[in-house]
Amino acid sequence: MLAAIGVGSLQEIFERQIPEPVRLGRELDLPEGLPEQDVYEHLRALAARNTSAEDELSFLGAGMYDHYVPALIDMLMERSEFLTPYTPYQPEISQGGLQVMFEYQTAICELTGLPVSNASVYEGPSAVAAAAYLAKLHNGARRIVASAGLHPHTLQTLRTTAHGFGMEVVEVPLLAGSAGGLTDLDAWTAAIAADGGGDTSAAIFAQPNFYGAVEDAAALSAAAKAAGGESGSGGHRPVVIAQVDPITLGILAPPGECGVDVAVGEGQSLGNRLDFGGPSFGLFAAREEYLRRMPGRIAGETVDVDGRRGFVLTLQTREQHIRREKATSNICTSQALNALAGVVYLSWLGRRGIVELGELLLARTHYARERLAESDGVEKLHEQPAIREFALRLDADVAAVKRRCAEHGVNPGVDVHELSGREEDRGVLLVAITERRTRADIDRLADVLGAAIALERQATVTV
Amino acid sequence: MSPIEQTPMQRERARTIFQKGAPGRRAFVCPELDVPHVDVSELLPERLRRRRAPRLPEVSEPEIVRHYVGISKRNFDLDSGFYPLGSCTMKHNPRLHERVAALPGNARLHPLQDAERSQGALELMWGLQGALAEISGLPHVSLQPSAGSHGELAGLLLTRAYHEDRGDRSEIGQRHKVLTPDTAHGTNPATVTMAGFEVVKLATNVDGGIDIEDLRAKADADVACLMLTNPNTLGVFDPNITEIAEIVHGVGATLYYDGANLNAVMGLSRPGDMGFDIVHFNLHKSFTQPHGGGGPGSGPIAVSERVAPYLPVPVVVRRDDDSFELDHDRPKSIGRLRGFHGNYGCFVRSYAYIRSLGRDGLKDASEAAVLNANYLLARLKEHGVAQYLPLAYGELCMHEFVLSGGPMNKELQVKTLDLAKRLLDFGFHPPTVYFPLLVDEALMVEPTETETKETLDAFADAIAAILKEAADDPEIAHGAPYSTPVRRLDEVGAAKNPVIREVLS
Repeated sequence: MLAAIGVGSLQEIFERQIPEPVRLGRELDLPEGLPEQDVYEHLRALAARNTSAEDELSFLGAGMYDHYVPALIDMLMERSEFLTPYTPYQPEISQGGLQVMFEYQTAICELTGLPVSNASVYEGPSAVAAAAYLAKLHNGARRIVASAGLHPHTLQTLRTTAHGFGMEVVEVPLLAGSAGGLTDLDAWTAAIAADGGGDTSAAIFAQPNFYGAVEDAAALSAAAKAAGGESGSGGHRPVVIAQVDPITLGILAPPGECGVDVAVGEGQSLGNRLDFGGPSFGLFAAREEYLRRMPGRIAGETVDVDGRRGFVLTLQTREQHIRREKATSNICTSQALNALAGVVYLSWLGRRGIVELGELLLARTHYARERLAESDGVEKLHEQPAIREFALRLDADVAAVKRRCAEHGVNPGVDVHELSGREEDRGVLLVAITERRTRADIDRLADVLGAAIALERQATVTV
Repeated sequence: MSPIEQTPMQRERARTIFQKGAPGRRAFVCPELDVPHVDVSELLPERLRRRRAPRLPEVSEPEIVRHYVGISKRNFDLDSGFYPLGSCTMKHNPRLHERVAALPGNARLHPLQDAERSQGALELMWGLQGALAEISGLPHVSLQPSAGSHGELAGLLLTRAYHEDRGDRSEIGQRHKVLTPDTAHGTNPATVTMAGFEVVKLATNVDGGIDIEDLRAKADADVACLMLTNPNTLGVFDPNITEIAEIVHGVGATLYYDGANLNAVMGLSRPGDMGFDIVHFNLHKSFTQPHGGGGPGSGPIAVSERVAPYLPVPVVVRRDDDSFELDHDRPKSIGRLRGFHGNYGCFVRSYAYIRSLGRDGLKDASEAAVLNANYLLARLKEHGVAQYLPLAYGELCMHEFVLSGGPMNKELQVKTLDLAKRLLDFGFHPPTVYFPLLVDEALMVEPTETETKETLDAFADAIAAILKEAADDPEIAHGAPYSTPVRRLDEVGAAKNPVIREVLS
């Protein structure tokens, strides 16, 4: 090979191209390579030091959930034909991947009740940030009004990226008290209407919200549109963005029927494993008028020269590889394989299954919420409807209670204060119920949690 | 070459999963309702409820499997053949990585598990941070960004934070420009806009590097950053990199390294030693994630001391007692770019890769990648090819090279697109085409280190055969491909009247 190249040694290739001062004249300070079986043992040992949902009775949620992933998803995701190609730049040999995108888009449109969907973005919180950028491109206004019911990671992501593209984020609080739990509609309206409403580019809420409450999406959308108003100085209505959880959409009114313009969300609950937080996928659907400003890949139907049905990447003039600095987003590699899992999962659930599953989650969540709230030192944070997750206020330190529960192999949920940093979230526990948590599991949680709280209160009093 | 015989599946008209099945058919069996029945309307008021079930497919499990296995066969993939897609580093994906990522301790680990009960994951992330720091020569790492373009966004937001913190960007108008060469990946200028900066393009010199005079003319106090790929998308390692870094730092700007081409220099040359302040890695490229048909990827960043205070939260740190935790307490941090800690499943795979190859193996990989690229280039310089497809810049190359199809187009009336489509009939994935933009009819080839000499020879022979065939009859290339599940598709029509979902009844 060297002779064909016309060099005397491999080193010559590098010496002729990399200037001496920037050549690394030493070995990398890394361990020696290992045979496959040794790497396996090393990684197995590391994984064994993690307590996964396989090892404890887990009620962790807050953005990612331990839903059951059917075996056929593993099998399909591991197929070389789906696992190892890249973005379908050559459609003639990428019809499988392109058709999956097209089917995925169809499923997401149907779930959200919105007419257009892209083929996925990275994940939930960054999808919200991408939607805010879409709003900026659409109307050029500067203010993002965001409900405090958005996931803390979403609010943080929104602030970080909005600072880059020159927008400010105004947070609208939730109503307090047991009758609260929902976005404060008056504050929401006032924030959007500030300065005549013309400065509000986007109005964003979560459905269900971070504390598990099902919001009145139609009321929030209508208020946002009325408050922004065409009479506003900017002459536009704000783009209404909802961060949705797709697994609830079998029973929850679709955002498209609630006046939402752009629905985004974390797709993990659809057939993607936890993976310590990623990879998963972000869904992104919108009304028709936003189609040409959507981020990411979009598959479109067409025909080949012989008239056969086929699929291609379409509307690519939105994208970075064509439009460069004028692109509507910088996204390139997205989450195609995870979106495949999403559409296979939705096919597996099917038209009836997604409703049945939603109703099961609703019933078990209701049972769990009532059962847990019976314990001393536990009260519901709010009384709003909840589908798969709910918040409790404990009369004890959440971290200490969690430690006590862990001794019994139970992880009762997420310490909300630790995640949000909000003072009012001290003592709040967020409990997620998936279809993998049976009544017996919930009863066990109630017993262990009740006992842990009692012990913790006792210990605190003694001290 | 005659069209390959098509299988019945390939010939069948494409039908989506929504066009299959029958009412009432299903795969999912819902777990039993083991809690007291409560009417749904009591738990969820009518006005919040969905009125009509979403029209998802009604199919059985065997139908789902047949459907997706069937359409999978309409994909070309890396496991089936050569995939020399330039700047994409389509190297083999060892299956060990899938096995270790799927261990329940990884796959079913919740991201909000307490630190003391996710020590294995945190140690792995800490180990990966350290390895990436050593490979890049930049000491501080954030694993959070989801892909290369997300890493770029992180890098420019870090740059902004750095200048703002120094009081160097107190108002719009200062430090508002980012320099990008005309050879840059499209993500670079797109990111510049998203991060609120203005793109200023730099010219390329005759050797394929940055035009230093153009850089000197444009580098001023308004410049926040220069984004550079080195080796660049032409496969050229910029010989003036030290001078470029001096000029950029001289005006107070940061130097950003697009790590898409890191596969050329692992263990051989480090961005930190070249003077870069920020680098993103494409774990799915250099550190071999399966590309998944367009993701998932992962785009960690490594930075120099002066940029480190602004890194996204959280980062993994090791405490004095050798345990690990996520550090959120970073007052100058730009914040968060996504939920949780990044694409951990990708970290597992890349960590396994780095431990498998080790210090020698990573260097060997880059050396072999460059050797393979130069060998393939040499084969394509042979008589009958180079006259139609000359190398655009330089003599040797790093891990990839760019040919110009200009002469082929002029003399044979065969465009690079035609050549690419004809390659499909020969069983190869074509190289990247029409990029970089400054090369006429560009063909960008990256063979990677995991291909054999036999494969490279077969590819070179195929190119030669196609050119020879085209000299006799260019119509063959114009009509290609012939053997694929579908032939050339009407992309213009698709964009003019977008049909992006199935119409459901």
